[in-house]
Amino acid sequence: MEHFVSLLFRSMFTDNMVFAFFLGMCSYLAVSKNVKTSLGLGVAVIFVLCVTVPVDYLLQTKVLGANGLFGEDLTYLSFILFIAVIAGIVQLVEMIVERFSPSLYAALGIFLPLIAVNCAIMGASLFMQQRVNMDPAVETKAIGSIADAFAFAMGSGIGWLAAIVALAAIREKLEYSQVPKPLQGLGITFITVGLMALAFQCFTSLNI
Amino acid sequence: MSGLFSKENKEAFINPLNLNNPIAVQVLGICSALAVTAQLEPALVMGLSVTIITAFSSLVISLIRNTIPSRIRIIVQLVVVAALVTIVSMVLKAYLYHVSVQLSVYVGLIITNCILMGRLEAFAMSHSPWPSFLDGVGNGIGYALVLIVVGAIRELFGAGTLLGYKVIPQCVYEAGYKDCGMMVMPSMALILIGCVIWAQRSLNKESK
Repeated sequence: MEHFVSLLFRSMFTDNMVFAFFLGMCSYLAVSKNVKTSLGLGVAVIFVLCVTVPVDYLLQTKVLGANGLFGEDLTYLSFILFIAVIAGIVQLVEMIVERFSPSLYAALGIFLPLIAVNCAIMGASLFMQQRVNMDPAVETKAIGSIADAFAFAMGSGIGWLAAIVALAAIREKLEYSQVPKPLQGLGITFITVGLMALAFQCFTSLNI
Repeated sequence: MSGLFSKENKEAFINPLNLNNPIAVQVLGICSALAVTAQLEPALVMGLSVTIITAFSSLVISLIRNTIPSRIRIIVQLVVVAALVTIVSMVLKAYLYHVSVQLSVYVGLIITNCILMGRLEAFAMSHSPWPSFLDGVGNGIGYALVLIVVGAIRELFGAGTLLGYKVIPQCVYEAGYKDCGMMVMPSMALILIGCVIWAQRSLNKESK
């Protein structure tokens, strides 16, 4: 249980997807123009992460790993398999949400299909794959069970949501500032994110 | 289609280098650009890998573009890209092992690099193989250029080296110069790319 909580908070703050690993940057920069849409995208990312990472964890340990279904190390197939799982699950999630909650579907709009190519999702699965073989007694990052995988996914998702909502709030205010013309838009956004990342770096000294 | 190096073909190749640079103008493929540029060597290898993958995925997709049903085209594109990335990742592991360890998950993340999907959707799906190939090479090199600039600046000021060789002479250190440790931190990548965009936009405005 302790490991579960530590993993959750660790992936939320110290290993923040955006500020420590720069994952999901493209949609992070493109969609963070206002708080409402960024909130929608953030929720969708949490949702998809919490489904895909545990599924990919099962695939990695039960099918692809050396002790898996085929008794052979098939990890070289993991890129193709993971991306297929992600694309498939995103499609499935889209259909389920459309069927059971049209209002949520309308709110998420085009973001759901776009999530398939959001590198935060693929990145989380690849990090999970790296951490599967770590020893939980030594490394606090280790992912040893499906619950750990879920905690990691949840934490990463919440961290991503926090990051995008924070940036959107800053950008809404930035509209009123005078920025040199060539720096407007993208340039100043990058510098803002850089300063935010600098602030987030104080979490790295935190020992969770 | 007239000649291998007609005007349109040249434009497909040259535009992405500056005027339509994938990172600075199209804002694609940011995640990996930020994460691998702490040193010059991984930045170079990453730029090269992405160039190869964009070029050949554009070629393959353009060859089969008329047979892909439009509903499932994203999955087809992802599978083609994932297969190419798997090959590149294996080659890197075999011949440049230390770089592939440094790049860690970011090699796998080339799959979800938006430059690939962006160029496949916007160019390769509607053009014949040779221009698509050139467009892929051009975009890959445009991406590599930004990576190399940022990687060189960060390594030079962060560690005083380039490609691992000491560039800043010892006597400068003795005179009181210190490496700027901040350059190696992730947040500086963001701020530097912001500055690169700023410089690139101001220069382009003047030349018009």
